[in-house]
Amino acid sequence: MREFKVAGTEATRADGIAKVTGAARYTVDLTVPGTAHAVMLRSTRAHARITRIERDAAERRPGVLKVIVGDDLVAAGFTPYYGHVVLDHPVLAIGKVRYHGEPVALVVAETKLAAAEAADLVEVTYEDLPAVIDADEALRADAPILHEQRGQRVGDEGMDQGEGELVGNVCAVARVEWGDIDAAFAKAHLIVEGEYRYPMLYGYAMEPYNALALFDQGDLVVYSSAQHVYMVRRDLARMFGLPLGRVRVSAPYVGGGYGTKSYTKIEGACAMGAYFTGRPVKLELSVEEAMLTTRSDSSHVRARTAFDKDGRILGREYDIVMNSGAYTDNSPLVNAKTANRCFGPYKIPALRVVSRSVFTNTVPGSSLRGFGAPQGNFSGELMMDEGAEKLGIDPIELRLRNLVGPGEVLIPGKRPLDADLKDDLRCLATSLGWPGSGAATIGLAVSASDAGAYPTSTAAVRIHSDDSVTLFTGSTELGQGSRTVLSQIVAEELGLPLESVGIVGGDTGVVTYERTTGASRTTTVTGRAVQEACRDARARVRALAADVFKVDVAAVQDTAAGVRVEGRELSYGEVIERWFGAGGEVLGHGAVRKADGFAQMPPFWEIGCSGVALTVDRETGVVRIEKLVTVGDVGFAINPALVHGQDLGAAMMGLGAALREELVYEGDQLANANVVDYRVPRFSDQPREIDLILAERRDGAGPFGAKGAGEGAGNAMGSAVSSAIARAIGVFPHELPASPERVWRLLRDRDPRARR
Amino acid sequence: MARRAISFRLNGTEREVEIEDQVLLLDMVRGLGFVGAKLSCDMQVCGACTMLLDGRPVSACTTLALEADGRAVETVEGLADGPALHPLQRAFIDHFAFQCGYCTPGMIIAAKALLDERPHPSAEDVRRWMEGNICRCTGYQTIVDAVLAAAGQGTDTR
Repeated sequence: MREFKVAGTEATRADGIAKVTGAARYTVDLTVPGTAHAVMLRSTRAHARITRIERDAAERRPGVLKVIVGDDLVAAGFTPYYGHVVLDHPVLAIGKVRYHGEPVALVVAETKLAAAEAADLVEVTYEDLPAVIDADEALRADAPILHEQRGQRVGDEGMDQGEGELVGNVCAVARVEWGDIDAAFAKAHLIVEGEYRYPMLYGYAMEPYNALALFDQGDLVVYSSAQHVYMVRRDLARMFGLPLGRVRVSAPYVGGGYGTKSYTKIEGACAMGAYFTGRPVKLELSVEEAMLTTRSDSSHVRARTAFDKDGRILGREYDIVMNSGAYTDNSPLVNAKTANRCFGPYKIPALRVVSRSVFTNTVPGSSLRGFGAPQGNFSGELMMDEGAEKLGIDPIELRLRNLVGPGEVLIPGKRPLDADLKDDLRCLATSLGWPGSGAATIGLAVSASDAGAYPTSTAAVRIHSDDSVTLFTGSTELGQGSRTVLSQIVAEELGLPLESVGIVGGDTGVVTYERTTGASRTTTVTGRAVQEACRDARARVRALAADVFKVDVAAVQDTAAGVRVEGRELSYGEVIERWFGAGGEVLGHGAVRKADGFAQMPPFWEIGCSGVALTVDRETGVVRIEKLVTVGDVGFAINPALVHGQDLGAAMMGLGAALREELVYEGDQLANANVVDYRVPRFSDQPREIDLILAERRDGAGPFGAKGAGEGAGNAMGSAVSSAIARAIGVFPHELPASPERVWRLLRDRDPRARR
Repeated sequence: MARRAISFRLNGTEREVEIEDQVLLLDMVRGLGFVGAKLSCDMQVCGACTMLLDGRPVSACTTLALEADGRAVETVEGLADGPALHPLQRAFIDHFAFQCGYCTPGMIIAAKALLDERPHPSAEDVRRWMEGNICRCTGYQTIVDAVLAAAGQGTDTR
């Protein structure tokens, strides 16, 4: 007999029919009678003082309701800044602008066209300030300062860093240090060192940021394409001075997230539109505007690794500079994760990592899938391959000699490694056919991320009198399949068929608290809360049964899908109906926190173990992926098809960054803010062969031994691709993406005959 | 702005609509409540807004509504026959060929045009035909699988 009935099966997606018929409603599809439309006027300067905003002409246009500027929010007594770490991001610019494209005014009109035409009539007078685009330049003593005064820090645990060091344009500082680093390098047999650059990326969730805001009996109601509805609720409550209970944030289906929709984006401006006009207001950004809203922090890493003659790591040292853009947003956390994720997953006797997040006059940096891991891992893993080559040791053997084993400590004080990376790596190498033969060259890499974020999560299940169930979860369905997986957990726990489980999600006015939907946490952390809710519901049913039969509750036992009492078996529904007399239901609540199974951070380690076989066209520099292999070390795949989807999706996003994707600044403007010039992977970029391996050792802290997925497969991709290219062309690309032009230049520079 | 009446078939039903000249096909159809097709790139690159105009796929984000006058428009909402899903819809569910689903209406309607023209395509045919449709979630393989599976059923999808 199988251990599980529903868990571990490739259950059909709960959102399947809605999504293939066009019936699924995203925020962008919602309308409310009487809705007005808002358009943002954006800064045409990278760094400037605003001396005057002339809006009379715009407000006189027919159909225009109001032009709102930052000073209006100040005058109304609102908190005009947002941010979950530092309150420094103005809803609309106040006093000065800090990047080209920053929202300066919100024009609200009867139609979007009227708002857009009126926006052209708003005249903003600027007094230019020197701008700084490059993060290294922003660290210089004479660099222009973006934030003369720092915003108030509101960060929760784990989000504060670098107090006392936050001078000039330094947004955050993270340090990870142990051992005698100088001694380690003094006795090194080989030192590998270099500079590595991971690009500034745009996540391109296909539904651009949009929101619909209205006031209902004094309560603020916002529909949004947001991932973290509860985080947005907190920002909005603070902004408007409202209690949490009087702000409702709802995310229906969300058209892609990948971290780009974490935290507050445009909800504040949209809600201000509703406040100042008294109308429901819809604000829909274009893709270009979305690119001017959030991007990932790029990294410039100077690093070195000391090896002994057998290839054992003696020490690693990193100096990392992250370009974090104009506002804090999530960059301190990205920065901290970069510091934690750049050196492992290896046993390192001596370590010194300093990572600095730096303000620049560019689009604000924040979360993107795996944040910190791709930016740091690229250098760490590439140094392993460069070291292996110089030492004459097989790169897989080199890794096996250094990898942290199951139950061993990667970072002191953190959860011991809940994965078997050595075995994962062997599986990967076997599938790739390492060391390879034929024209294609192979590259592979591993990573381990302290994932899951702060483990605060709750869930509720209602068992109805007909033995069906409704699950309430604050986790947002972004496409990852959370509704399906969480339903499977309910069905498994309560012994009911999957078809009897309904789910309500993503609305703070209805569902229970969930800290975030990110960091691959839902299956592991929310899943545990769902399990607890089911167990609580079962306990309540037992109590009702004891009351009905006038027995001690200890005399009532659980059955597969109900209770046994005095030799009789009753379903949940039968117990409920007997207790109430007619109708009724049972409500179970589950909560998990940083205690018990999640007392030690991180809740789990997210493993990356990916590789490629590729060919390089020496004439054009074009790289073609012949084979892609991922190993999903997920503990237990509650729905293997969904895990495959996460692994391939993450890997493809990683391939995009490795080969094509990069936001490019020319002067102080973003030069490629569109989907033509910012090229994401297409059908033609599909690897010719794909092998998605699952490693299920039941070693996670989540339900049934599960761990999260969704980031790992992409985290190691930069180095895997770069080292495979190196084996083809004889030189390691240290800067991603390895675009055709970059690869071609490396080839040209390497071949003296081709040099001019 | 000039307004004029146009008539067209939308998913098999005759429609008469009065529109302004500059209205886009995507906005007109979405305004009629058929919101499956989505706006994303707004420059004919991503395919999320794909509809069929007389059976040929077009980017409705950059097509004037006027161009639909006297023609047939098909969107994803027109594929299912009541509760009975079209083979492509069934195959997309069975093969987990979507995640967030935002690109899916355009993806499915583009695939329908392919199967109408070439009922038994190769995987390479699918990839080439679908090059104008971007999916950021899946990594594409399951979409290719789904289209081939729907084709393999030998159903005349017309």
